[in-house]
Amino acid sequence: MAQPDTFNLLEVKDLRVYFRSEEGTVKAVDGISFEVKQGETLGIVGESGSGKTVANLSLMRLIPEPPGEIVSGSVILRGRDVLKLSASDLRRLRGKQVAMIFQDPMTALNPFMRVSKQLMEVTQLHLGHTRVQAREHAVKMLEHVGIPDASERIDSYPHEFSGGMRQRVMIAMALSCEPDLLIADEPTTALDVTIQAQILELIKRLKAETGASVILITHDLGVVAGMTDQVIVMYAGKIFERAPTTELFENPGNPYTRGLLRSVPNPTDEQGQLYQIPGQPPDLARLPAGCPFAPRCERAEEICRREFPPFVQLTSEHYSLCHFANEVYAESKAVS
Amino acid sequence: MSDREPALISINDLKVHFPVGVRRLFSRSRKVVKAVDGLSLDIRQGETMGLVGESGCGKTTLGRAILKLIDPTSGEIIFRGRDLAHLSNTEMRAHRRHLQVIFQDPYASLNPRMTVSQIIGEPLETFGLASGAARKQRVQELMEMVGLSPRFLKRYPHEFSGGQRQRIGIARALAVDPEFIVADEPISALDVSIQAQIMNLLDRLRREKNLTYLFISHDLRAVRHVSDRLAVMYLGKIVELGESRAIYASPLMPYTKALISAVPVPDPKIESTRQRMVLEGDVPSAINPPRGCRFHTRCPYAIEACREIEPQLVEIKPNHFAACIRISPDEPDIDRIAPGYAPGLRQR
Repeated sequence: MAQPDTFNLLEVKDLRVYFRSEEGTVKAVDGISFEVKQGETLGIVGESGSGKTVANLSLMRLIPEPPGEIVSGSVILRGRDVLKLSASDLRRLRGKQVAMIFQDPMTALNPFMRVSKQLMEVTQLHLGHTRVQAREHAVKMLEHVGIPDASERIDSYPHEFSGGMRQRVMIAMALSCEPDLLIADEPTTALDVTIQAQILELIKRLKAETGASVILITHDLGVVAGMTDQVIVMYAGKIFERAPTTELFENPGNPYTRGLLRSVPNPTDEQGQLYQIPGQPPDLARLPAGCPFAPRCERAEEICRREFPPFVQLTSEHYSLCHFANEVYAESKAVS
Repeated sequence: MSDREPALISINDLKVHFPVGVRRLFSRSRKVVKAVDGLSLDIRQGETMGLVGESGCGKTTLGRAILKLIDPTSGEIIFRGRDLAHLSNTEMRAHRRHLQVIFQDPYASLNPRMTVSQIIGEPLETFGLASGAARKQRVQELMEMVGLSPRFLKRYPHEFSGGQRQRIGIARALAVDPEFIVADEPISALDVSIQAQIMNLLDRLRREKNLTYLFISHDLRAVRHVSDRLAVMYLGKIVELGESRAIYASPLMPYTKALISAVPVPDPKIESTRQRMVLEGDVPSAINPPRGCRFHTRCPYAIEACREIEPQLVEIKPNHFAACIRISPDEPDIDRIAPGYAPGLRQR
């Protein structure tokens, strides 16, 4: 848990990332703001197309421009705006201060390069290690993430590792320069549950040891529940709800969050009809007027289809984008 | 589901082996992946049989072998008194319409150049069930049944979202009025808010059409929700079988315990306090599965005998089977067994 006196490592303000396409402008991320405190884990939850991945790629300016464009906003990391950095400053930042883990390690690792070389490159570049130092460090990192016989396996190619082991290699690489911030984008979605449990435990342990902050992007509410301090729920490029994790699960203040929580089968529930959110996630090029979730929302009234909802503050740390945020929050509190 | 319900499909000692690699000159043996290795299972009329296991355990191969999309190496698949395993492809055609499949990836399993009407209507023509106006009407009925507007008749798969495509796949499977459907990870490619829709749809159709499902998934939460019974697979074999509630409430096998405990629960309070049984290592290769109990390399309860003796599936509690020598019907709780003791061995 983050201490109250810790500072904001990262402050994102009014970030907007648009994509120009033949069908019009897709507002993949549309005015989101959030902070990550030192040593804290922030979960970002959303369905595909909600903008969660685009938001995080933008933090490191990894959005291909064109067709993408960071239209506005600032990303302040330790007092510096990442969006204004020069190319060379940006290069020093990536991999050193901020590291990323992706969903599919096979696409993130170079298949033609031995793992040793890929791991050594990072510290040779960022920490100025010699070959010998870099190799030593790489072996240490692999041992640290639980790869057996690290000193022998280090010269293998990525395909010689299993999916879970590859994800460990990628984590070793991400953490080899002791970054301040680790961005993990669906790090366990491609893995079996048993391996997922291993990797999540590993991320937790390493985070505790290094004191790094983590942004964990996932669609799995179970993963969020066990791993994070704060949660952001995204839908159609907007932050729909933001709250400390326990608060969000106990007293959701947004009908979308509440629907998501209810539609996950709970191991203690009876079988039978499962709660379902009707309809499809929206097409971002053709967003309806008013609230983007209104067509699927059980709480929607006339105003929701007409006016964009306000971002209502419910408690000091709990916000919800909804015309009826206070009512929904009160309902949740009455139930819990 | 009562256990007196007759079996719709009986699988007896089924083996599906795939040769891999190149045969060396003068070498007699060739490496073989034993994807399904001596598996027996009855699927009862009208039930949803859940099938879970990690990737590489053989669950998809089993599903495809039942449909004869892959030829079994040996064993029997009894359906309506006939052994499908030994039918020729021509003989099999007559049975195909009773056995259908829904695939995981609604992007890969629909022909992008066919309209929805063609995709759903094709099986009707293949089996000579309807043509012309009757066919069109039937396609419209099917679309409504799975919650798609018949307005979309002339559209192509790329115009639909993942959840809608999965509905098209379900309509196609239902077109021929099957009795049995293999649903191979039908929801894992879908968004969270869509998964519940598809699970509810499959369950409604099963009740309305008296269907029998083999529901294959790695998502234990979903499987528990939809299944009457559950089979847990590990390296080509079933290691635990029983009513899904019973398995969730009190799993017998260490492997099942680990699988269930690995599933994250969407409740921060439970997550912060519960003890998780984290398995070490990966699933071993199916080319050289471990001797004895195949799970012994990762099992925290394994003893010396587990390396040598291959456990049989034994009825430990009524209708609840497990393959583990360290438990027996008299002593079913592995956590209460004295160190080094294997009550299952005495029964043999």
